Amino acid sequence: MHEPIMNETRAANGGNGHDAIFTRDLNLWYGDFQALFDVNLAIKDGMITSLIGPSGCGKTTFLRSINRINERLGYVRTEGSILVFDTDIYGGEVELAQVRKQIGMVFQRPNPLPISISDNVLFGFQLHGEGRTRMHKSEKEEIVEAALKQVLLWDTVKDRLDSKATELSLEEQQKLCIARLLPVKPTILLMDEPCSALDPKGTEAVEELIWELRGDYTIVIVTHNMAQARRASEECIFMLMGKVVEHTATEDMFVTPAKKETADYIEGRYG
Amino acid sequence: MLFLIMTALLILPVLIILATLIYKGGPAISWEFLFDDPREGMTAGGIFPALVGTIWLVAVALLVSVPLGVAAALYLSEFAPDNWFTRFINLCIINLAGVPSIVHALFGVGAFVLFFGFGTSILAASLTLAIMTLPIVIVATRESLQAVPLAFREACWNMGATRWQTIHRVVLPNAVSGILTGVILEVSRTTGETAPIMFTGAAFFLPFLPTSVFDQTMAMSLHLFVISTQVPGVPDHLPYGVALVLIAMVLTMNAASIGLRMYLRGKKKW
Repeated sequence: MHEPIMNETRAANGGNGHDAIFTRDLNLWYGDFQALFDVNLAIKDGMITSLIGPSGCGKTTFLRSINRINERLGYVRTEGSILVFDTDIYGGEVELAQVRKQIGMVFQRPNPLPISISDNVLFGFQLHGEGRTRMHKSEKEEIVEAALKQVLLWDTVKDRLDSKATELSLEEQQKLCIARLLPVKPTILLMDEPCSALDPKGTEAVEELIWELRGDYTIVIVTHNMAQARRASEECIFMLMGKVVEHTATEDMFVTPAKKETADYIEGRYG
Repeated sequence: MLFLIMTALLILPVLIILATLIYKGGPAISWEFLFDDPREGMTAGGIFPALVGTIWLVAVALLVSVPLGVAAALYLSEFAPDNWFTRFINLCIINLAGVPSIVHALFGVGAFVLFFGFGTSILAASLTLAIMTLPIVIVATRESLQAVPLAFREACWNMGATRWQTIHRVVLPNAVSGILTGVILEVSRTTGETAPIMFTGAAFFLPFLPTSVFDQTMAMSLHLFVISTQVPGVPDHLPYGVALVLIAMVLTMNAASIGLRMYLRGKKKW
């Protein structure tokens, strides 16, 4: 029931140029260890924003707190707020399932479910369509085709939609993992080093796909690969020791970083 | 070579036992033996009441322990927070598995026969068996649940699945063959147990079939014990025949469960 509200807000904001994700004084602890310090960020709608920084700087933690997946760990404490299209996703009245539906996530290692390719694409959709009348076969086929086309996978797999998703190559698996998020119409896609398990060719293909999806979705991508951040993102956030150091347009960050730490990291002095 | 010998050592006892049973007990097996009552002070006749009794005992025990054990394992593996209470429950399960069966028997007498007033009955005996075999089901189920990769669960959660949807759609289908293995083990153990049913529901000699769970019954394992040690003048082939049938029952049930498991594994697409 919250999803329509979010979508209206999105329409009211008029798409590009507004904030998809807005955090205010976000602090996060794993037990006694503080992983995020006063994170204040405004991530723009319809853009690709990359998060860079050395290992352990909190970029993955930040990403995982946007769709509240961190909570599963049990010992995580979050303070501050995260607004997604003006709705506080940590607010009491928000349904977790709706948050996750709105915000899809792609992991480091592709994690297709060990079922058929088309069942993978339909999985999330059927999860949220429960309780309504059964879908027609043709309707299912349309959804599968549309999602796979969108991730540029349709031509390679169209003749074997019933074979197991785990038999695909890693690159294809990762594309499938993106495809299965699409049928529930998310607005934000979070990607946690989506190419780190892939070979250079696969990386290129997935980067190309991410670039294709720009505009239709707000994409936040965590990466270790500086060249990737530079190639495949429009804005860039540099984090260090749980704090945001710099957040600017990608080209500015790599050409004229404002802070010394950013410059040091980009030039490879640590990380 | 060493491993080959060790493997052979594992197989050898099984083969010897089976061969002895078939050699000595085989001649006793006949339709009359399987479907007739014991006669002449259990020195002749068949084992039908004991056969039926054992099936009752195992079935009722399974009806109790499988739902309870699977539910407990689901809770422990999927829902329980990692705190002292959960660890305490786990400790209890391990200890429950270590309690000698005769102690379970006495517990059964105290709890089910006397306190709950079920009397010596199939119900009391089956409940005792169920409690005794509960750890097997819980441990096997919990292990097969935990063998489901975290990546599958994460994939599910991330698409907005609730905890129950994740369990129902991804975790259980993947764990079902492991759960069945636990049930197989439990069936084998339950069929053969003697001590827990001796005081709680199994009768020495009762040539009638039970009509409800509040009746007493004969059972194969106790019958074997009785005719082997308690009754004079039993011809040699009778106890061997009983033992052969008992072992055949266990093996048949195991085979059926393994078949079911293979069928389920083939049916699921992963």
